[in-house]
Amino acid sequence: MLLYFYDYIRDTRVCQSVLGRHFTHMGKAPKKRSMADKVRKTKTSTEIKNNPFEVKINRKKFDILGRKSKHDVGLPGVSRSKAINKRKETLLKEYKQKNKSSKFIDRRFGEYDTKMAPEDKILKRFAMERQRNHDKKDVYNLNEEEELTHYGQSLAEMEKFNDLVNSDDESEEKGLLSAELTASHFGGGGLLRKRGSGEQQQEGEGSHRAKSRQELIEELIQKSKLEKRERQVQKEEAQELTEKLDQEWKSIQALMVKKTPKGECVEEEKPKLEQYDMMVRELGFEMKAQPSEKLKTPEELAREEREKLQKLEADRLRRMMGDEVGESSQSQIHMSADDLNDGFILDTDDKKTLSYQDGKWNIGEESDEDKGEDEEEGQSGEEEESEAEEEDKDGDAEEDDGESEEEQEGSSEEEDGHSDLESEQESEDEEEKQEDEKASVKPSLSKEEIKAQQEAAKAELPYTFTAPENYSDLKDLLHGHTPDNQRLIVARTQKSNHASLAVGNKLKLQKLFVFLLEYIGELASRSPPELTTIDKLIPELYTLCQMFPEAACKAMQSILGDAGHSMEEGLEVKGHVAFPTLDMLIYLKVTALLFPTSDFRHPVTTPALLYISQALTKCPLRSLQDVTSGLVLCCLAVEYVSFSKRFLPELVNFLAGTLHLAVQDKTALGYTVVPPFRPSGKCSDLLVLSDSESCLSWSKKSLPLSATHRLELKNELGRDHHRLMCLSTCLDLVKRCCLLYKDLTSFACIFQPIRLLLSKHLSAHTLPKLLQELHSEILETISSAPVTRSRLVLERKKPIPLKLLTPKIVEVLDYGKKRGSTKDEREKERLQHKYKKEFKGALREIRKDTRFLAREKLNEVMNRDSERKRKVRELFGSLATQEGEWKALKRRKRK
Amino acid sequence: MAPAKKRNVSSAKTIEQSIKTAKIDLNTKVERILESRKNANDVFDILEFLQSAKEKDVINAVNACSKLFCTLLEKKELFLGKLPGEEEALSGGYSAEEKYRVFMRHRYNSCVEMLLEHLSHELHGVKESALCCLMKFAAGEGQHPLEDLDWSEHYSFPRELIQAVVKRLLSQTTDNSLMISRFQEFLEMEDVRYYVMSSIRENVGKVMEKNKEALVPIYQNNVFTLMSNISVPSQESELTNFMVQQEAKHDDWKVAKLNEHKRVFERMWLGFLKYKLPSNMYKKILVILHDSILPHMSKPTLMIDFLTAAYEVGGAISLLALNGLFVLIHQHNLDYPDFYKKLYNLLEPSVFHVKYRARFFHLANLFLSSSHLPVYLVAAFAKRLARLALTAPPTALLIVLPFIYNLIRRHPSCRVLIHKPSTEDEHLEDPYLMDEEDPAQCRALESSLWEIKTLQKHYHPDVAKTAMSINTPLSEKEDDISEVLEITTYELMERDLKQSQTKSVPLEFETATQLLKGGANVLGQHFCLD
Repeated sequence: MLLYFYDYIRDTRVCQSVLGRHFTHMGKAPKKRSMADKVRKTKTSTEIKNNPFEVKINRKKFDILGRKSKHDVGLPGVSRSKAINKRKETLLKEYKQKNKSSKFIDRRFGEYDTKMAPEDKILKRFAMERQRNHDKKDVYNLNEEEELTHYGQSLAEMEKFNDLVNSDDESEEKGLLSAELTASHFGGGGLLRKRGSGEQQQEGEGSHRAKSRQELIEELIQKSKLEKRERQVQKEEAQELTEKLDQEWKSIQALMVKKTPKGECVEEEKPKLEQYDMMVRELGFEMKAQPSEKLKTPEELAREEREKLQKLEADRLRRMMGDEVGESSQSQIHMSADDLNDGFILDTDDKKTLSYQDGKWNIGEESDEDKGEDEEEGQSGEEEESEAEEEDKDGDAEEDDGESEEEQEGSSEEEDGHSDLESEQESEDEEEKQEDEKASVKPSLSKEEIKAQQEAAKAELPYTFTAPENYSDLKDLLHGHTPDNQRLIVARTQKSNHASLAVGNKLKLQKLFVFLLEYIGELASRSPPELTTIDKLIPELYTLCQMFPEAACKAMQSILGDAGHSMEEGLEVKGHVAFPTLDMLIYLKVTALLFPTSDFRHPVTTPALLYISQALTKCPLRSLQDVTSGLVLCCLAVEYVSFSKRFLPELVNFLAGTLHLAVQDKTALGYTVVPPFRPSGKCSDLLVLSDSESCLSWSKKSLPLSATHRLELKNELGRDHHRLMCLSTCLDLVKRCCLLYKDLTSFACIFQPIRLLLSKHLSAHTLPKLLQELHSEILETISSAPVTRSRLVLERKKPIPLKLLTPKIVEVLDYGKKRGSTKDEREKERLQHKYKKEFKGALREIRKDTRFLAREKLNEVMNRDSERKRKVRELFGSLATQEGEWKALKRRKRK
Repeated sequence: MAPAKKRNVSSAKTIEQSIKTAKIDLNTKVERILESRKNANDVFDILEFLQSAKEKDVINAVNACSKLFCTLLEKKELFLGKLPGEEEALSGGYSAEEKYRVFMRHRYNSCVEMLLEHLSHELHGVKESALCCLMKFAAGEGQHPLEDLDWSEHYSFPRELIQAVVKRLLSQTTDNSLMISRFQEFLEMEDVRYYVMSSIRENVGKVMEKNKEALVPIYQNNVFTLMSNISVPSQESELTNFMVQQEAKHDDWKVAKLNEHKRVFERMWLGFLKYKLPSNMYKKILVILHDSILPHMSKPTLMIDFLTAAYEVGGAISLLALNGLFVLIHQHNLDYPDFYKKLYNLLEPSVFHVKYRARFFHLANLFLSSSHLPVYLVAAFAKRLARLALTAPPTALLIVLPFIYNLIRRHPSCRVLIHKPSTEDEHLEDPYLMDEEDPAQCRALESSLWEIKTLQKHYHPDVAKTAMSINTPLSEKEDDISEVLEITTYELMERDLKQSQTKSVPLEFETATQLLKGGANVLGQHFCLD
């Protein structure tokens, strides 16, 4: 009994209403037939499963590890009764309703809408009802309040008949209460009790289901929102706090850096004790997290620099090979996000240039001591500059005696020099760099001279310049100054317009670069060309170029493009053009200084090389100046390819042609010369000596660059000397080319004409001694070149594998799944399978339905028959009794 | 007697009036002459103006003359047939009418004479108007011939006049190219062209004989300019534009037949080319030969001698002769022995530097596209081109390398040039003989294209990349060299200059300190700043 009772509790929702009745039945023995059904109905699934009579075990043929089968145990009884019940509810009803015209239609809103949530349903229904009421009654009802209801019942009424209703109503609450009560009354042990109470709680919620769930959800949402807001507020507060901390830290951090090494910060801060305390406290936290960068030893610095240079070199090699440039060396510019807050790190751009600068003294051949000296000098120079800038106007007088002091100061401040470097005073940084350059630029000048010059410069030059807006501004600015001063002016212009100082400065400096280039061109085309000034301006150009690679590239490209275009036009119109003028030669050299010449493809140097090659092939030689220009171009070409060792056919052609110019007897040549040279004719004896005696008085010295466009040679001797100079340059270049191209497979073919020329036509004994050596060296190099050529073979490709006939064995990891077809096929198969299954299922269901219906019909018929039989029997019975009575009467009568 | 008197009367008017009045004057005079024969003597005034020193005057006079005599020609008021001398006419038994005609005819003749003189005037305006006027006369004479048309065979055309004009045009002392280009508009007319062509031929023959076959550059230049302006239509039906329409038997006229045109054209050119030519003239002729001379000749094969001679000359002239030869070989079944051998020997380093590089490679590509060429020949070409490529500028290399690849693709047995696996690791000299003239003997097939391997180290990235492609098997598809044929160095430069600057520009990391330093310090070693 207890057991049953417990079951009832578990199935409360279904059984509650029944409970009382069953309970009452308990006393009597229920009918036997209905008993079994009831037992089944009330039994839990576990119980049924445990009953061996209920369970049907599907026998498996094989035990397969890891496979889970849902259908190893079936409960035929349960499922059958379920199915029957379902049919009774649906099919039977339909059957009964058949051929009936009147139907019961449930018009409640959304009754058959399964998609709608019950809450929604209720809400909607309520709303509709309200509307209806309103429409009907309340149109003219002005003051009447709406009727409040609970579960469709007027609250007023409920209040009126409060007790009555409650007592009579067998509400669910009531039922629950009684259940609880009964449970407590009947006891049932701790375990059960507990569960019961759990049930009860559930019940309690369930009873208010419609409302309470909604509320619950709303509550939940609200709660989470609240929490979120709280968290946000907390976060913001934390952020504000940290920001504040950061700011405060920043304000004192500069002091920290400067003063910590000396340990004077405490004294410094005395007057503001509160602030000081605060800062100290804050620092207590901060210092642990951020140890300041320690001073690097020279060795460390050197190593770092070397590493950096190695990386750059590797980069250069990669570009030379023509690999796609994924991340160039400039990827260093990238700053991680947290660097922003870090005051220690400079603008990366500056840092980079600085490091290059350092590289100069760190990696060079100079010993450490030299370096130290250099550094010192740099420091002192810097000091000088900075002080000068501080004092600006009035400090000029003190400069004279301040020199020794400065030197001392320089040495004393050397310690913190590096921390200075790291600090954010870029201008100082910049200055130091330039001073360093200066130091390295003029190693030949003694220190005193430098000093003197600088003094002189400072005596007259202002310290800030506005950046020139156009080219003539720059010219005005630089006009009339010595080369050194011009350099200083440009340096200061650059400094006072540093990109970090104002917004427009970047553009100004970019313009400055363009103007400087133009200025250089003009200097070179003046007569006489002011090449020393150009020389001085080179470092400035370099720094500007490092700052704005894109702008520099564009400027250089436009110069090269214009030159190339004009040359092309000249060629089209006249068929030949003159050699490039000196300014173009200078531009080409500057290009080589600013951009790497070894790259496989470079937006500036590749066109520059093309220009050189064009000039070497298309410009006819008409004078000694032309020969000189050509040789300058050759020098440039050799420089361009010296690192990458790329093959430049025009260079070899030109050198061979130049040597050909020096051949006296131009008959019976065994070689061919390539245009612009001609085997013989006008201007093909340009380098033939007029007097062989002039060899004796000749000595080697450098040719001036200006000889490319203006050559003042009075007598034949001077001219002969110039010829010999050209010849020596040419021979030297040939030697360099030999060394460069030694490894090329066709080396012998390339140098065949030169070899023939030198050995047969330009014999050594006609040359001065110096050239004789070169001559023999070249011949030796050419003949000693290794013949390392093997047959050309295509690169091996991976052979295409033959088709294999052995079966392909694939490890199968998922059995039971169809394999070996495409996705679509598999999907189709799956769907077909599913369809088949469903079809069969549907067929089965239909069969079952018909069976059920047939059974019902049979039942009906049987019922009807039995009824009729009963009635017939009744009739017969009554007739029999009638007959009997009648007979008895008759008998009685007879009797 | 009468003319003199009249002249005195009419010349009373002043000559030195303004040009405008002179023009009006001339016009009125022309009108007066045409009005009545009494005023015939005014013609002297007009002729006088013709010899004036002022350009305007002369031009006005020329215009007046053209108006006057054209009208007279139309009115048939000029003497026809054999012209008697002026004195003879006066004394002879001519009627007044005839006398007038003879007089006018004489004036007309002297006018033509003067105009011909003006063709070599120093002022272009005068020349031009004289030329136009003469051609108007020619047209007039054609319509109203001055000769007696006795027999029906005769077709009227002012042959002498045209001949005289051509003779003046082909001056031996002045460059008449401007005049000739003006003259071109008359060459549109079929009959004029025809007779001009024949007169050129006669003229050239005469002049060159006189000069004993020496070079007459200016004359030859004039002749060339005039001849190169002549083009014969390709269809007979196009022969419609005649200056003179023959009344009878127009269709039988020689001028109306295309074949005759072609024959005259051909004879004219052959007559001109027979003599020695200056070398630049040679080039000019060869440049236009294949598309403006050969198609218009009735027998193009007659050019063979000229072309083979040109092909033997060597250098640029040979290159240019190739084009004409190609047309002959291709369309006229010319069999040229040792053609490929000669072509092979044309390959010199200068081939890559001459102006006609594109044309040469276009043709060489055509010649070598034949699939019936022997392998040794193709290999020899490939190897020689590769060898020459060692001295070529990048623009040429961009043509040559695909060219060689195409050769190898077309003749797969040439693949040994780039792929010859050998068992032993030999270090061998190149067996190829550069100096051998016979492609069969040059042992190119035994060699490999090491030159292309060398060019893989070329400084220009495009060339290096192209050269790289011999490392892997060549693709099946031929490279199209037609688009690189005309490439210039500046275009190559632009490839780099115009590239969008998306990527950052790599910079030199070695600090530049001095102008002459840096690199391998080559410049600094040989040159100083001042």
